[in-house]
Amino acid sequence: MKKKNLLTRVIIIAIVTIVGLYLVIGPRRRPTVQDFKWSGIKANLKNNIHLGLDLQGGSHLVMRVKTEEFLRRLTEENYVAAQNAAKDAGFDPKGGRADTNPGNYRVVLQIADPAKVADAKAAVEKKIELGDTSVWSYSASGDTLTWSMTAAAERVLADNATTQALNIIESRINALGIAEPTLQTHGATTSHQLLLQMPGVQDPERVKDILKGESRLELVHVISPPNPSPAQTYATEQEAIASLNSGGTIPPNRRVLPYTERIEKSEDPNQQRSKSWVVVETPAIIDGSELRNATAIPSQGGRADDFEINFSLKKSGADKFGAWTGSHINEYMGVVLNDEIKSVAFIRSQIFDSGQISGRFTKNSAEDLALTLRSGALPAPIEYLEERTVGPSLGQDSIRAGVRASLVGLALVVVFMLFYYRGSGINAVVALLLNMILMLAGLIVFGATLTLPGIAGIILTIGMAVDSNVLIFERIREELRSGKTIPSSVDLGFNRAFITIIDTHVTTIISSLFLFVFGTGAIRGFAVTLVIGLLVNLFSAVYVSRTIFIWLLSRKKSMESLSI
Amino acid sequence: MFQVLHDINIDWMGNRRWFIGVSVLLMLAGLGSAVIRQATGRQAFNLGVDFKGGTVVTARFKQRPNDDAIRAALVNKGINDAVVQPVTDRPDTVLIKVPLEGEGQDGRVRVREALNEFGKEADARTELEADQNAAYKIVGTDAVGAIAGAQLRNKAIAVTLAALVGILMYIAARFEWTYGAAAVIAVFHDVLVTLGFFSIFQIEISLNVIAALLTLVGFSVNDTIVVFDRIRENRKLHRRDSLYKITNDSINQTLSRTVITNGLVFLSVLALVLFGGDVLRAFSLALFIGVVFGTYSSIAIASPIMVWWEQRIEAANRESAVAFNQPRVVKPAARGAKQSLKNASKPLH
Repeated sequence: MKKKNLLTRVIIIAIVTIVGLYLVIGPRRRPTVQDFKWSGIKANLKNNIHLGLDLQGGSHLVMRVKTEEFLRRLTEENYVAAQNAAKDAGFDPKGGRADTNPGNYRVVLQIADPAKVADAKAAVEKKIELGDTSVWSYSASGDTLTWSMTAAAERVLADNATTQALNIIESRINALGIAEPTLQTHGATTSHQLLLQMPGVQDPERVKDILKGESRLELVHVISPPNPSPAQTYATEQEAIASLNSGGTIPPNRRVLPYTERIEKSEDPNQQRSKSWVVVETPAIIDGSELRNATAIPSQGGRADDFEINFSLKKSGADKFGAWTGSHINEYMGVVLNDEIKSVAFIRSQIFDSGQISGRFTKNSAEDLALTLRSGALPAPIEYLEERTVGPSLGQDSIRAGVRASLVGLALVVVFMLFYYRGSGINAVVALLLNMILMLAGLIVFGATLTLPGIAGIILTIGMAVDSNVLIFERIREELRSGKTIPSSVDLGFNRAFITIIDTHVTTIISSLFLFVFGTGAIRGFAVTLVIGLLVNLFSAVYVSRTIFIWLLSRKKSMESLSI
Repeated sequence: MFQVLHDINIDWMGNRRWFIGVSVLLMLAGLGSAVIRQATGRQAFNLGVDFKGGTVVTARFKQRPNDDAIRAALVNKGINDAVVQPVTDRPDTVLIKVPLEGEGQDGRVRVREALNEFGKEADARTELEADQNAAYKIVGTDAVGAIAGAQLRNKAIAVTLAALVGILMYIAARFEWTYGAAAVIAVFHDVLVTLGFFSIFQIEISLNVIAALLTLVGFSVNDTIVVFDRIRENRKLHRRDSLYKITNDSINQTLSRTVITNGLVFLSVLALVLFGGDVLRAFSLALFIGVVFGTYSSIAIASPIMVWWEQRIEAANRESAVAFNQPRVVKPAARGAKQSLKNASKPLH
């Protein structure tokens, strides 16, 4: 009976040990002779365990999508469009504003005749999307029309903007060819944060710039007398505004944008480029969402390091663009990138689906810009909240320090256990080593990453594992002192200590679970190793250790003394 | 059988006033340090960039300039309030801490500009030693913005409190809620004392230190449960003994385990402090203090509070039982009950 029980126990332990050992140092393919050599084992170990960025080296970026900026733009665009629509329909808008505070996005329009409010509403909603009642709730008082964004729509639109930003950033990272990046949302959904991890990346500055690049491209109508007079530019912003004859303000259908003019054939790169201002029409003819492709090419006739960007438009954009250019021959058109005019050209003939942005780019900046244009414009700007970069050599140092500290701790424990508990100390040491192996196997099975705090978790697990053994052994000693036989002392010792061990393990696991669920990166790594280590410990410190005792007791019919 | 510590008979509960007095003193010292520092315009705690925001740049040099030269180079580029901190176990490496800046300011870029005074930085793809012309290399950066800092801080506090509630519930379910409350109070004490040390000695608090605090929460509760478990067992075995005696006996019976385990963990943590390197230093220190006080508080704080509380409840039960049995003489019985309450709690007051 007891023999059979022992046999099953030994078989279970043997299987678990072999599987665990294979998971840790075995290859993920058919083993070869090489896998039994020291170097092969080391290589396999390295392959099997996922190291966190803090040990492996790499870059960790937390960014926030400024969704309030997205909602602000949306509201302002709608306000301008509503003004224009009301004016086009002959309702003579005499004022209004766009409210753009989080929780309060509103388009407010005042018209001259209070009696025509309902008609004005119908006219505006026919042309623009303010009539969508799932987004805007409408109210009117006197001569004022108000569309307020509903709280639900604000949430949904912000979430959509975040998802869209995530997709765009993902395509930009893929285009950059970064190895094994992970990109995911971070924290609560209402925080609109994204976490990007890039193993091996040591210098995230270029990546950061490319991800942050908003690249809002617009093709606009420049307000200017037609060719052959040169395009109308102004030396200062004030001058440009004054030309509008609207009393120092910019009417809703105009924008004043800075323009850095190219100096043709200049060989001196340090020569100051003249900055001027241009008045353009808003809304734009078409924007970046109509873009089909963009590539960086060396500019013709320019210097060797002078690059420009060729772009082509989608079908819908090409139709719009073709129709507009067809009716504006000899007038001026501008290419606007992120609210800055990059180039101004007169329309020689009808253009359908392609064009250039020339702005004296270097090869790198032209390529980065083309990349961001291809991936589409970010719906809202992003800001970086957290950036952590670890070089591989720093990671190596940390591994070395962590492993050294763990080994010193382990050695101290082993020496003490063998000295203090003699023969039974061997039990504890076997259990401890098995615990280490199975803990690493557990990390591999769950695909968890080993981080620096994770190594600290391992050290704590060593402590907890020793505690289990000490609890059991002290209890067995106590029972022996009270005069019980060896077998019943062992039985009682294990049974009584087991209750305590369960209680201590469950409480620690509970607090670790909180760490795992609510904690951030580093703390999580700690929690994962600790939970796995403690679960493994219930097997190694209790089951395995007890099996060794059963085996010892079964060897002799009656045992006079137990080495403990 | 080689052993230390058995058949010990120490009256732990008798010394509870000393214990609690020492703890209160330590907590007041820590609290005093935090309050005085705050009031005099200095920082109560030395929060790292994780919680305060800012940038830490880790730079490795071929020939490391001294701290003053680095500071001067930083000031030259307009970085005036940077902290230059040597790394004790890597003499060629230095930590440069730049406080939080305005949006769009990249601390790493600015520090690089300043360090270029000492020579070129190694290419991002090569190691410092492999690059002949390079003088230094930035091997690590931690940059945390204001929002992320506040967020991490709030999260750390919330997680700690949530973990404590979880522990309270589990112990309440497995033992009595008085045991749970006593354990949580003891843990709270440990966290406060450790934070006090961090305030007094101005050790930097990073995310890793929070992990260490949570470890010490688990560790301290672990220790308390071992004692409570023994109390629960002894109460069943020796029904006639007072809780006071049972608690003393239980602490004494588990003392050998306490000394061995905590001694070993103490040694492991000491190994971590000595060999774990600078990155783990604050973490190891928090654990180090935590191990000492986690052990102490199970005996000196958790047990006396639990005993005191249980006895009050017992007395209150007796009072209501008396009132129930003699409904007609409520007033004198109630007075009698108060008397008995005094007697019951006498050993403790």
